[in-house]
Amino acid sequence: MDDQDHRFRTLSGIPVDPVYGDGPLPGEFPYTRGVHADMYRSRLWTMRMFAGFGTATDTNARFRELLAAGGNGLSTAFDMPTLMGRDSDHDWALGEVGRAGVAVDTVEDMTDLFAGIDLGAVSTSMTINGPAPILLAMYVVVAEEGGVARGQLGGTLQNDILKEYQAQKEYIFPPRPSVRLVTDTMAFTTAEMPRWNPVSISGYHIREAGSTAVQELAFTLANGFAYVEAAVAAGLDVDDFAPRLSFFFNSHNDFFEEVGKFRAARRIWARWMRDRYGATDERSLKLRFHTQTAGVSLTAQQPEVNIARVAIQALAGVLGGTQSLHTDSFDEALALPSEEAVRVALRTQQVIAHETGVVNTADPLGGSAYVEWMTDEVERRAEEVFAHLEDLGEGSLLEGVYAGIDSGWFAGEIADAAYRYEREVNAGERIVVGVNEFTEGDDPESRRLLRIGQDTEDLQRKRLATVKQARDEAAVAATLARVSADAAQPTTNLMPALLDAVRARATVGEVVDTLEAEFGTWVERAVI
Amino acid sequence: MNDPGDLTDPTPVRVVLAKLGLDGHDRGLKVVARMLRDGGMEVVYLGLRQTTDTIIDAVEQEDADVVGISMLNAGHLTLGPRMVEALADAGLDVPVVIGGIVPDEDRPAMAAAGVAGVLGPGASADEVVACVRAAADTRG
Amino acid sequence: MTSSPPSASQAGDRSASQPEGRSRDRSVSELVAAARGGERRATARLLTLVERGGPLADEVAERAWTVLGGGAGATDGNRAHVIGLTGPPGAGKSTLVAAWTTRLVEQGHRPAVLAVDPSSPLTGGAILGDRVRMAEATAAGVFIRSMATRGHAGGLALAVPGMVRVLDLAGFDPVIVETVGVGQVEVDVASAADTVLVVVTPGMGDAVQANKAGLLEVADLFAVNKSDRPDAADTRRDLELMLDLSDLTGHGRTGAGTGPRSRPSIISTVATTGVGVDDLATATDAHMAALMADGALAGRREDRWRAEVRSHLDHLLLDASRRAVAGPVAGSLPESGSPAAVARSMLGQMAEQLLADPTGGLPDGPTGQGGAAAEGDR
Repeated sequence: MDDQDHRFRTLSGIPVDPVYGDGPLPGEFPYTRGVHADMYRSRLWTMRMFAGFGTATDTNARFRELLAAGGNGLSTAFDMPTLMGRDSDHDWALGEVGRAGVAVDTVEDMTDLFAGIDLGAVSTSMTINGPAPILLAMYVVVAEEGGVARGQLGGTLQNDILKEYQAQKEYIFPPRPSVRLVTDTMAFTTAEMPRWNPVSISGYHIREAGSTAVQELAFTLANGFAYVEAAVAAGLDVDDFAPRLSFFFNSHNDFFEEVGKFRAARRIWARWMRDRYGATDERSLKLRFHTQTAGVSLTAQQPEVNIARVAIQALAGVLGGTQSLHTDSFDEALALPSEEAVRVALRTQQVIAHETGVVNTADPLGGSAYVEWMTDEVERRAEEVFAHLEDLGEGSLLEGVYAGIDSGWFAGEIADAAYRYEREVNAGERIVVGVNEFTEGDDPESRRLLRIGQDTEDLQRKRLATVKQARDEAAVAATLARVSADAAQPTTNLMPALLDAVRARATVGEVVDTLEAEFGTWVERAVI
Repeated sequence: MNDPGDLTDPTPVRVVLAKLGLDGHDRGLKVVARMLRDGGMEVVYLGLRQTTDTIIDAVEQEDADVVGISMLNAGHLTLGPRMVEALADAGLDVPVVIGGIVPDEDRPAMAAAGVAGVLGPGASADEVVACVRAAADTRG
Repeated sequence: MTSSPPSASQAGDRSASQPEGRSRDRSVSELVAAARGGERRATARLLTLVERGGPLADEVAERAWTVLGGGAGATDGNRAHVIGLTGPPGAGKSTLVAAWTTRLVEQGHRPAVLAVDPSSPLTGGAILGDRVRMAEATAAGVFIRSMATRGHAGGLALAVPGMVRVLDLAGFDPVIVETVGVGQVEVDVASAADTVLVVVTPGMGDAVQANKAGLLEVADLFAVNKSDRPDAADTRRDLELMLDLSDLTGHGRTGAGTGPRSRPSIISTVATTGVGVDDLATATDAHMAALMADGALAGRREDRWRAEVRSHLDHLLLDASRRAVAGPVAGSLPESGSPAAVARSMLGQMAEQLLADPTGGLPDGPTGQGGAAAEGDR
């Protein structure tokens, strides 16, 4: 108790209550002020840092270090060829294998990635979308071959394909069959992997592509509603899967707008889930989210100034009630982050958690006239977007989102916003410190660039050839034939066929090719 | 110009604009496309995931005056010269402008490799248009 | 080895590696010969010349007309099948064209596509995005040229037939002209073809929109794209109904001066997976065969030729009148008077000047590419 008292006093010793104000409190519907009653007093946010590079063995070494240092959550970044569902020996992969993340071609790579790690005890997040069900199948096979049942596995798959068409552009198949893959994974994990979060609905990439805060919020929640409608249409009960949905937002420079965005997100989700989708489980109504600071706000000029930007953005995430947080490194506008910069980024979160006292009371900004107005205003503007999409979809958010993707509406709105911003910066109407104002003191000489070698690519290609040589080709062909047959049946869940195929050592690229033959390929409508 | 009231350029600069590599971040490319359009140019937009071959096909068929390519971190030293070389090998005398993060120390190497212009992330609309126009003028 | 002058071989290498780098300096007849020999760069350059207009465009038009031979309504095997393709934005036109032309290449044809997009009215610039969805076709060897509408609407009606003729002389067949069916000019440009294909999609009221835009009247064929959608059947039915209606009223599918059109067939396609693309190829071929069988093709082509002559004439007169207002006749412009009366009196003076100097008084800007105008001068 002494410890508690000590912790929840100001620097000068004034005791602080868990919450101030009245009306719906944190932990009460519609959760505007937070999803937990005492927020960070009982548990800080998770300080999650994202990693992945080179071959599976390289990343495995990094994972083990993290676990040895007391962590229990792994976060995996895949390289571009894997994200696009192509093998390391594909033409497109040239120069990109293992560069921006780890290369995974077959279940053997996944085995190396998690070698010596008890998958029943860790929580693994995988940032992958187009080929997500294939990677999930590989993770399950690795666990089962290592003696861990799929029901024990905990983790998160990003698996948010809709925002790929709108912003990040890492899509493979057209939207409808892709959403079917998402609902297949939702149905599969709901039935067999109760500790797994099958989708992390992400606004981060929408914002990075140049959207406004309102667009980020509205498009992301609309995508969330679209998945809910798709899953319900696929026969799932909303309260069976909704508690396992989570969100991922960006935190940008405009402090109060960001805080308002996070608060509005919770309120909108709670209301829509209860009133429109009939959810009754409280956990279905609570929007939980991860936050990352805005990579796009970082400047190549005077990079050390980015430390200040990241700190302010991180604070907005915390005051907005985030459940976990990634802080960007100050040198990321130049190259892959250095070790020193990653440490500074993590220390920034620790300063907020342990020195500023903002964690002592839940939703400390609640009740501020400006913050409450901003929350209402962001919500109102987001509702306008939902109304437009509902119109497009003739009453269905899912159909509205499809229509908006098909016509390039989302991409056009984002491109407009990005261009408007650039013009304002150009015209000097918007100051970017160190870029169009206060530019003295920049030292281009000090900017260095990480140059990456070619070894990983050669190694990975050899590895792939070896695995292909050792496998039973007839089994691969038979399991891929089943993938093809099941893909042709829209109501058949593809996960069992995918599990068989990857177990037979079919590659990511082979499975994707098989699905592509059935589903077709998506090429975006050029909205520039 | 046949219409005295028509202020538009009768022979606008034609630019092929593309992103080399797998990365899907096209914000910068789209912003540049609009800046060039607003500068009175015709942008043949190829978009994401292009190769030197697809760019050359487009340059040839579109009779383009300039090629603009955008790329992810650290790709400029290999991809920029590779594009210049591929165009030369195809017998196409078309200047290449590169967009992306290029450290000052690499600029002389880029110029030596035949890259006609480099545009960093902070380039203004005027700079973008001027750079592409200057590149087009080198073609004559 | 040491005694041989290195400069000769170096110079040789350089010129061998860049023979077409000087394509800008080649004469029109050299370019035409190269284009007919299959050199894509020469074809591209000729397209640029026609698009820009002016004396060089006239020269290209003249040569093209001679090379292709035949009269205004020529229907012999030397002329490419010209297909106009239009439809509302977002109907999936580019994707459909890509899938279709890729299939044509597989069947041994040499298709070319002229994709027209609007210019910005404010700056004259344009973003031409059709190639984004046509990567597959480019890889297969389809020749694709993007063009902006540029300045004024009349220019498009002049340039497009001339550019089609360049593609024809370069041996491309069929030549597909793709426009967004929103403005009258775009619809007209796509309608100036042997076969007019209108693409619509289910669910967005496209059939109704197409009707409003006048696309129903010009269509020889419809493609209902994205027909894997649940509401595709409704769109088909809407189209059939509207066609029934225009059949009943007898008001309709006779495009201006293009002769009667038979009831269009409706093809279901899914451009993203290639469903229906073969049907589309079969239907366009069948349409062409029918036109040839009943002799309608010659009529259509003659109508088109006449329309083209008229465009050129309009353009020449417009130019002459602009020059008149700005130039010699303007000196004698009365101080006042009703504008209509002043114009009428100026018309007389213009006519005298044109009679006195039929070519010298003509603009050095874009002029006619049509054989008729050129022939009239000689």
